[in-house]
Amino acid sequence: MSRELFKFKGGVHPPEHKAESNTRPIHAAPLPKKLVIPLRQHIGSPAKPMVNVGDRVLKGQMIGAADGYISAAVHASSSGIVSAIGPAVVPHVSGLPDDCITIETDGRDEWIVHAPIDYRAMEPADLRMRLRDMGLAGLGGAVFPSAVKLDPGATHPCPTLILNGGECEPWITCDDVLMRHHADEILEGVAVMRHLLGSTEILVGIEDNKPEAIAAMQAAAQKMDFAIEVVAVPARYPGGGAKQMIQVLTGKEVPSGKLSTDIGIQVFNVGTAHALARAVHHGEPLISRLVTVTGHVLRPQNFEVLIGTPMHTLITLAGDRDGTTGVLMGGPMMGMPMPDLEVPVVKATNCILVKSNDLFPPLPKALPCIRCTRCADACPAELQPQELFRFAKAGDFGRAQEYHLFDCIECGCCSYVCPSHIPLVDFYRYAKSEIWAREKEKRAADLARERHEFRQFRLEREKKEKAEKLAAKAQAKRAELAAAPATAGAPDVDAKKALIAAALARAQAKKAEVAPKNVDHLPPDTQREIEEIEARRAKIRELAHQPLESEEKKP
Amino acid sequence: MPSPFILDRSSVTQVMAWVLAALLPGILVYVWLFGPGILVTLALATVTALAAEAAMLKARGYPAKPFLLDLSAIVTAWLLALSLPSLAPWWLIVTGTLFAIVVAKHLYGGLGQNIFNPAMVGYAVLIVSFPVQMTQWAGPLELTATPLTLAQSASVIFGGDVPKATLDAVTMATPLDALRTGLLQQLTVDEIMTHSIFGHYGGVGFEWLAGAFLLGGLVLWALRIISWQVPLAFLAGVWLAAGFLHFFDAGRFGAPWFHLFAPSVMLGAFFIATDPVSGATTPRGKLIFGFGAGLLTIIIRTWGGYPDGVAFAILLMNLCVPLIDQFTQPRVYGETKKAPPA
Ligand code: SF4
Ligand code: SF4
Repeated sequence: MSRELFKFKGGVHPPEHKAESNTRPIHAAPLPKKLVIPLRQHIGSPAKPMVNVGDRVLKGQMIGAADGYISAAVHASSSGIVSAIGPAVVPHVSGLPDDCITIETDGRDEWIVHAPIDYRAMEPADLRMRLRDMGLAGLGGAVFPSAVKLDPGATHPCPTLILNGGECEPWITCDDVLMRHHADEILEGVAVMRHLLGSTEILVGIEDNKPEAIAAMQAAAQKMDFAIEVVAVPARYPGGGAKQMIQVLTGKEVPSGKLSTDIGIQVFNVGTAHALARAVHHGEPLISRLVTVTGHVLRPQNFEVLIGTPMHTLITLAGDRDGTTGVLMGGPMMGMPMPDLEVPVVKATNCILVKSNDLFPPLPKALPCIRCTRCADACPAELQPQELFRFAKAGDFGRAQEYHLFDCIECGCCSYVCPSHIPLVDFYRYAKSEIWAREKEKRAADLARERHEFRQFRLEREKKEKAEKLAAKAQAKRAELAAAPATAGAPDVDAKKALIAAALARAQAKKAEVAPKNVDHLPPDTQREIEEIEARRAKIRELAHQPLESEEKKP
Repeated sequence: MPSPFILDRSSVTQVMAWVLAALLPGILVYVWLFGPGILVTLALATVTALAAEAAMLKARGYPAKPFLLDLSAIVTAWLLALSLPSLAPWWLIVTGTLFAIVVAKHLYGGLGQNIFNPAMVGYAVLIVSFPVQMTQWAGPLELTATPLTLAQSASVIFGGDVPKATLDAVTMATPLDALRTGLLQQLTVDEIMTHSIFGHYGGVGFEWLAGAFLLGGLVLWALRIISWQVPLAFLAGVWLAAGFLHFFDAGRFGAPWFHLFAPSVMLGAFFIATDPVSGATTPRGKLIFGFGAGLLTIIIRTWGGYPDGVAFAILLMNLCVPLIDQFTQPRVYGETKKAPPA
């Protein structure tokens, strides 16, 4: 425990509210009558359905296959009959339905044949394919397909493996409880990760407000046959963010627009390690996860929940109360409001937070920005949120990008501290989505222009060639007359080639010029983030176009 | 409704309330040392500011309540009142306050939009337009035989019939004025400083006032209501500039301590230059902003046409803020090279 820790800039200390839910034992939520399993639960392409309406499926059976490299399969969480395949409400800010497979369960909970995997005997590439087919994705909230993250690639050795048990969001305790009760299994998952990544240094970062979890993990680490360092890190939001965890443990920063593997570090959530252990040692695909149900309920606690279970059943189970004002998936800092409680628990569902006016009073109206820079002091990405806000509000997206809009991790620290109560993060989401949309339009326009330019260029070239031919002919004639050898041809051809090359280079340079600065080479999760943002674009745009409430003029 | 769903307990009202609270020690010392006249000035400025704010909000079609409750108008009023001479006539106070709220604040777009510090705009307009009235200071009680009562002060301020003798008995040049006049009469600083209005550091009474402002400022500093960069850099700018001049010619230039403890510097460094709206926002920018204001204060005090330079120094630096901010953008997380100035 003598490790030197580093600090990340900014951060806030919202009330933790962990004690409400982390003392009760884990309960398995009962099997619901209906399971709704979205095909898109991860970053990347949605899974492709492999079953038809009316088919009988078994627990653990793959019902949607991974589609492409960045994707993950989805599975039936219990046995039953497929009753529908098509759009249904999913936990998404947009409130838009997405393709899902609905299963009427038969109550028998009958498993498909499954067996442990001898991962050491397998080719790493094959093992990764297996994991992808078992639906493994990051359970910390980002749901990035784990198989992809477990591929170190030829050029990126990954000496440091960090297991993230930070869980910095208030209210959420599923990782805490998982570490307390399943520390051994988590570390078995880590063994598999270490095997695939070839990591030599294994660090487990846990915020120091979880002493029981730290103790349990330390005890489990003693039993492993390789060194694992369990480190207590200071509790400060967003200390559980991957970049912040890396910074605290190693002092390194992930370069802007790059992945942590570029600096030899990979980070996994403890839940993911646990799911990986279940997959390898029991052959179980990812069909359930721990979910914290807390807030305005009678018995806040953690449930082991089958993926696809409607959220309202869990709230009923925890004891719903009068005076509920809404439900969030995730914590109060980054969570999203649920449009409908029929929505299923998905791989990303770490918490169901029930709101009431007491616990979550309505946010006060926003005043204009007074440039106090508290937001800048709190920003872990070290941005100038007040400037980003100014540019986003004015629609000056170019400047917003120059001020590193795309480095914003939407942690909400700035909004949290703003004395003017400006919903800053929303303006950033809006600006990002607008930029992305414009970029798309621009790409299309670029393509059209390039075609046009090429056509112009070709026409000109043809004209020139004609003229050259004529000139050559004339020269040939003259040469004939002068009885001198015609050697002018060869340099001419070279000149033409150079001309073409120059024109192409120009076209390319132009293209490079118009491309917005930091939207190229985005890491896949940012891409996905942007895609997601796009879906909610219409909604957010509306919102951002409204003046701040206090700015609204009186009728 | 977007995330986050929880907020810290801070608010603009709370920030402004702390600023007002931090001014109280200064006001108390003011009353104790110079008599209760300042209370009349403060009250008049406050009422004028609130009325002007309400009228402007109405004219611009904004809801009055949230903006009146944010207390920013009162902060402006108090800062202006504390910068004015203690026996300034009522119309001077009203004119300055109106100018600050109506022109400097609302015509620039209201809360958060003003480029210049409103209180300092009000002050600058007054000192340019009414230089004579702007020097009507009551001397420290310690040096006046028959100090004015509250009623007498009010009477002076509202232009009532106060015997000239009474008035003459209490008004006095401020130490900065005295220094200035003395230097113009070719006296050396040491000769001037023998006058009874000069105390240990600043002027008699004035140095206590400066100390009280310093105290309030340190409270705001500790509470992180104001940044540490601006006041520190401001004081450093004053001290270094004054020290530099004093070092080369102690006979013609006041000592750095004297300049620091002429109360407008403490008020300016901790309460006025730290106004976030019209100040720089980046950490390095704040240092530059504060230092520049401190430096300019001494330059204007020494060579300018007015005895004090704090107001003009701050206004000049306000003007530079967009430039300062632009060229001092800090490096962001994960950025490998220096940020190109946008
Ligand atoms: S915290 Fe709010 S009021 Fe202060 S600078 Fe940031 S956005 Fe503006
Ligand atoms: S949401 Fe973005 S701008 Fe705000 S504090 Fe987090 S990273 Fe900084």
